[in-house]
Amino acid sequence: MSETPDHTTGPVQTSITELSEDALVSGGVDEEQPDLHDVWISGTEEPAWITDATDEGAQEILSDLSDSALAVQRGTVISDDYVIDDTADEEERQIINLGPQHPSTHGVLRLQLELEGETIRRVKPIIGYLHTGMEKTAESLTFLQGATNVTRMDYLAPFHNELCYSLAVEQLLGVEIPPRAQAIRVLMSELNRISSHLLWLATQGMDIGAISMMLYGWREREAVLSFFEQVTGLRMNHDYIRPGGVAADLPDGWEEEVADLLVAIPEGVDEYEEILNENPIFIDRTQGVGVITREECLAFGVSGPIARASGVDWDLRKAFPYSGIDRYTFEVPTGTHGDVWDRYLVRMEEIRQSLGIVSQVLESMPPGDYRTEDRKVTPPPRQRINESMEALIHHFKVFTEGFKVPEGEVWQSVESPRGELGMYLVSKGEAKPWRLHVRAPSFAAVQALPMMLTDSLVADMIATLASTDPVLGDVDR
Amino acid sequence: MTKAIFQTESSGFESGPIEELRSNHPEVTFKLFEPIAGPVQHVATVEVDRLVEFVSSAKDTGFAMFVDLCGVDYLRRDPRFEVVITLLSIDPPERLRIEVPVPAAAPVLPSISGIFAGANFYERETFDLFGIEFSDHPDLTRILLPDDWEGHPLRKDYSVGSVPVQFKEAYKTT
Repeated sequence: MSETPDHTTGPVQTSITELSEDALVSGGVDEEQPDLHDVWISGTEEPAWITDATDEGAQEILSDLSDSALAVQRGTVISDDYVIDDTADEEERQIINLGPQHPSTHGVLRLQLELEGETIRRVKPIIGYLHTGMEKTAESLTFLQGATNVTRMDYLAPFHNELCYSLAVEQLLGVEIPPRAQAIRVLMSELNRISSHLLWLATQGMDIGAISMMLYGWREREAVLSFFEQVTGLRMNHDYIRPGGVAADLPDGWEEEVADLLVAIPEGVDEYEEILNENPIFIDRTQGVGVITREECLAFGVSGPIARASGVDWDLRKAFPYSGIDRYTFEVPTGTHGDVWDRYLVRMEEIRQSLGIVSQVLESMPPGDYRTEDRKVTPPPRQRINESMEALIHHFKVFTEGFKVPEGEVWQSVESPRGELGMYLVSKGEAKPWRLHVRAPSFAAVQALPMMLTDSLVADMIATLASTDPVLGDVDR
Repeated sequence: MTKAIFQTESSGFESGPIEELRSNHPEVTFKLFEPIAGPVQHVATVEVDRLVEFVSSAKDTGFAMFVDLCGVDYLRRDPRFEVVITLLSIDPPERLRIEVPVPAAAPVLPSISGIFAGANFYERETFDLFGIEFSDHPDLTRILLPDDWEGHPLRKDYSVGSVPVQFKEAYKTT
């Protein structure tokens, strides 16, 4: 070995190719040669060969980390303000990383857990692995294109994202939305709530050992997604609800499809409750687990089913009705204990209430247009383009430069299956938003995880995490 | 097309947390935004040095739920940044938006995570994406981006230009 790494004077000036040649000549790795893995993590030797061997530009994320930053990345240091119990036995204490690649984290959530034996003492959620800068992307898309962007955030509730965004834009535009478009929006978003809760039920069951729940939950959800596919053409990321209305009218025969869902889903839900409600394992693993109080929910901004299970009687559909949802009757279920079991009960009841709303929409779907008649927002029909120059110009303008939205700042929020989904939209009178901030319900729920997990058992952690129903696309955006 | 209107005078609420807050804080400017559809939105513009006092007063008045905190970069405006805090009163259902102008020369704000624990992550996000700092924050580090990321991407002067990507196997030949 010609170059022995000198730890005191500086980085090793050896490239990857030289290393492998040396290894070939000597028939193996020399003992003095540090293990590549060792070089990577120790921080005392500069991993110079990484930077020298490649020219990766912005990807060199480990090139100039300080020792302390490396320690944080490795997970040996938790930098937060929690208090350590010094009386505990040192041998009992260990730090483990759950995720980011762990099926129970429902995505790429990473939790740093400090354990004393089987008990969790400290939790630090680490997020950002799925961050793709969608708020920045929104600033370079026109208002009409924006729905395509936001629908990818919470990918289990795409209709709610589109609805919230469209309502925010419409607040500034000041256009009237026809009753049929409003009813279609309510229909799709409530069906979306059902499909999202069914997916939650499936994963919650699987995470705590009821593997068959996984298959059952997907079965009914599949029926809902098939309906979405018939209406929008896609099973996810629909871009169906747009500023001004919806993209297309409901297809012929949608009434029968929805009526079939209204029969199949309640049957399925009854079956699941039969499986789970008196299942001693399910009860033991959920009752009294992952408790969060009403006050903690308010302070942490936790909303939706988690807050309702803790006794917060709060639903944005009742408090600030949107899209004409106050025309339909439904109840808001609340729990008392704030544990995983109560969240299960609240979500099951929400499925039933949403089914009630869907059946009311089915009975009372108003006739009429499915998007606004305002030609500045909605392109004219194909027939008019042949007849009218004005119509052709409007069509051209809408799709090339987009419609301009009056100046202003608005807050709009809707009740997504995970809680309050809010958007803060700033327009400067241009065809693209100046700023779009998304207040993600999962973001607040992930932040409150330490409140639910501290001083509980490791096994309960999985049940609690599943019960918060985090969607990491929503958290990281 | 009708336009939504901003008003500076109060209307609608004779009593309730908003009116109480208005009478307790005469120095704070309240605006009212009335959209075509949806509830009226109350906006309070608060100076940086009065923020903590105002937020804790709002919490005592009934705005018990923390909803959101985000930054906005109005590039060619003075002050350049704005931090927007959204609070919620459960009963009666009312929403309060607090806008805090932040100068570009010293983008520092007092942290409100001592009042609402939930502001912690949101302040980290605002620091991460805008470079607005929050004094007295327990752990002001990057949250969405890697720790060694340079710049604050949601600032308007941060380019969205693309970077050529080369893969690990593309060794330097020089």
